[in-house]
Formats: sequence, C-alpha cells, structure tokens
Amino acid sequence: MNPVNILNSDQLAITITRLCQQLIENHGDFEKTAIVGLQPRGVFLANRIVKVLHELTGVSKIRHGALDITFHRDDFRRKDTPAIPSETQMNFDVEGLNVVLIDDVLYTGRTIRAGLDALLAFGRPSRVELLVLIDRRFSRHLPVQADYRGRTVDAIASERVSVDWKETEGKDQVTLYATKKEL
Amino acid sequence: MSSLSVNHLLGIKNLTREDIELIFETATNFKEVINRPMKKVPSLRDITIANLFFENSTRTKLSFELAEKRLSADIINFSSASSSVKKGETLIDTVNNILSMKVDMVVMRHPNPGAHYFLSQHIDASIINAGDGTHEHPTQALLDAFSMREKLGDLQGKKVVIVGDIMHSRVALSNILCLQKLGAEVMVCGPTTLIPKYIESLGVKVEHNLKKALIWCDVANILRIQLERQDIAYFPSLREYTMMYGVTMEILNSLKKEIIIMHPGPINRGVEISSEVADSKQSIILQQVENGVAIRMAVLYLLAGKIERNS
Repeated sequence: MNPVNILNSDQLAITITRLCQQLIENHGDFEKTAIVGLQPRGVFLANRIVKVLHELTGVSKIRHGALDITFHRDDFRRKDTPAIPSETQMNFDVEGLNVVLIDDVLYTGRTIRAGLDALLAFGRPSRVELLVLIDRRFSRHLPVQADYRGRTVDAIASERVSVDWKETEGKDQVTLYATKKEL
Repeated sequence: MSSLSVNHLLGIKNLTREDIELIFETATNFKEVINRPMKKVPSLRDITIANLFFENSTRTKLSFELAEKRLSADIINFSSASSSVKKGETLIDTVNNILSMKVDMVVMRHPNPGAHYFLSQHIDASIINAGDGTHEHPTQALLDAFSMREKLGDLQGKKVVIVGDIMHSRVALSNILCLQKLGAEVMVCGPTTLIPKYIESLGVKVEHNLKKALIWCDVANILRIQLERQDIAYFPSLREYTMMYGVTMEILNSLKKEIIIMHPGPINRGVEISSEVADSKQSIILQQVENGVAIRMAVLYLLAGKIERNS
C-alpha cells in the first residue's frame, strides 16, 4: 500500500483555523486559559495554534508552554533504552486556569495520561481539555477522548500516522503509512 | 534514543565521552524538574535503592537521598557506625543480606579503593560509587564538569587547575579523568608532598606556585586538606599551607581576568579558601550543590533504565 495523504498543506491550514475558532468559542479572550503543547511533536501544533489565535483574536498575550512527559511515562524499563526527555517550558502556574493540552496524534491515550500527571506538577488547573489534530479512533488503551479533533482516522495497529511540519520536515502534511510488510 | 555503555557507575574511567554527554543532557532536564513548584516525578517508583555509607558523608548522602526521593524511588539507608560491620560481617555478606530484601540499586561509599568494582563482580544489582577511599568520586566530577559547562559552554580547550591535597583526593582523580574526556586541559597545584609522583603520567600539568597556576587557568577547583587521611605530616603547619596555597581575594584581584572558583565542600574557611572568596560572585560553590541533585537524578534514571524487569 502506498502512503495515503490524509491532509495536505491547505487542508491542514483550514483544519487548524477551524480548531482555533472552536477554542475561541469556548475560551473568549483567553484571560484564564493556558495552551500547553506536549513534547516533542505536540509543541509544533501548539505554536501554530497560538499564532493563528493571535491573528484571529488580536490578543497578544496567550499563555502557552511546552510540557515534557518522559519522566511520567508508564513504559519506563519496558523498553530497551530509557526514553530521552525534551525540554519543558512552563513559565506559569496552571492553578485555577483552563488548560488546553495539545498533541498531534491521539492513539492509545497513554501519552495524554502521562501529560495529565505531569501537568499536576504545575498546580491544580480548574479544567483541562484535550485538542488533537488526528484522532485514531477505536485504538484507545485508556478512557481518554479529545474535546477538539482535527480529523478522525481509522487505522489499524500496524499502520502509522505521521504529521509533518514546515519547520522540521519542510512541508505541512499528514500521511498514513503502512509500516508492516504487505501480504 | 540512547543509553549508557555501562550497568554500574564505578568510576569516570569506565565512562565514554558519549556517556558523559548523555548524563549532562538528562541532568539539564532534571534541573528544570527540581525547580518546579512540585519537584517530584514518578519514574523510579518501582525501584528500591540502598544507600550504604561505610564512611562519613553529609552532602553526598543528602544529595543522593534527595535525588532518589525526587524520582519516587523507595530508599533504605545504612551507615557503618550503627551496623553489623562492627560485628565482623564481610562486605559481600552485608550487601547480599540487604539485596535479599529485593533492592535494585546500591549507592555506596567505602574507604577502600576498588570496593565497588569488587562488589560489582559478586552481586546482582546496579552499583553507584559515591566515593571509594582516595580513588574515585564520579558523581562529584560529573557535577563539577556540568557546573563548569553551564558557565563556560563547551569545555574543549578550557583550562582547569585543581588546587590542594591531590594525593588524598578522590575528587581530584575523577575530575582529571572527566575533564580530559571532555577535552579540557588540567593542571594540579599544591605542595610537592601532596602531589602524587605518577600524576604527570595522566597527562596533567604540575605547578607548585599558586599564582602562576591561577594566571594560567579559567577555572580553579579548590580542594580541602584531608587531615583525616594523612598519616604523617605532609607540611609544617596549616598556617603555612594557607600562606602558600590559600586562595584569597588579594590574589584573585591581582590576576588580570576573572576566573571561576569551585569547591566540592566541605570548605574550611580561612584555610584553603578565604571567606570572602567563598562568598564572592566568582564562586559557584552553591550552584555545584544544586547541580549535584540533578546529576545524581540523571545517573540513577539512566542506570535504572537498564535494569531488567521481573528478573
């Protein structure tokens, strides 16, 4: 099976704008809101969303940070090598804030569980929502669902969804790969 | 994704440059963790660590204990003063007894050089050297180099002088090995009697004049005189040592540049370092202590990652 393009650059831009409109609907002027991207890949999406929110609302200061979940993962010592962490940049407490956790792909839900755990180190948020670009449904290991989703994808376990960004891969796109050998 | 090339931290000698870089990279992340409002992460919650201190320690023991607690490990402490070692038990027996309580890692300080290596050949647990006699003290060297790097960037070509009792110092040997692996030039400075004869074979420079050494260096790491390890008199009096090798504001001001002052502690104010120098802005003694916790968390995290589950 050839790689399937799920979203091209234009479609991705439209989807992000739509997600931003939904955020504005619920969060207004973002006075009590923090946008938190999960390291490493969720941060690109979070940055993009903050940029678009800024353009749409004119609010110049939207709290946003990057959260690394490595030390909170539940698969430590189940892999051959320990996972190497990325940088956490949280310059604010989330005490009493509405937090929007952002990741690129929601798959088993384990990353989000670790993200919720890691977030508690920065205070008790009043509410936490989850925004994902791609929701791989029917593949959850934990009861985690997204509040905002860009595109829902049905993919089997052997397939892989990859989100590319202009900043790192040179092109905005979402692709579905069949990683296992075809029969 | 990478991991350490070793299963134990016995000494800097056994580490590669890549290992050291990996420890530093991980420690940078843990430094952010210990500055959070909530300073604890759950990574090592299924790991039990025994801290075995057969020799006195304050800073290292507290630092390891804090690092272990910040990683959510379970810990048991032991110090030889209150143990069966006094009743004639051997090291292997003591440690095996502790391990049969299902302990995964051992952090040990022992007065005999090589005790950790010996133990690693006989028991089944990950061993971390917290100081073995006058041999090595790897986590101290790692945190020293990490602190230097925070101040100076890449250590390639940087000049570091270690001043004081080189002969009885495990910090000196570990520092020399670690700094050389990172590409720094190392000089040792002290009275002839406190500098081991073979030291030049490690590729370090030797200087007996403090001022000349300080003019040469970017960083001065000042060591304590280890009176408790000195069986004979190596110099006429402490007062004379202070006059020749005590680092004072006067001598620092006479240099044409600002060098970084480090000390692994405990400091003897007014002996090897004056109070003014210890409290000056050139001194990073307290940053070293903070970095110590982050470095030890990194070492524990990376070694724990290599322990197989259910074995």
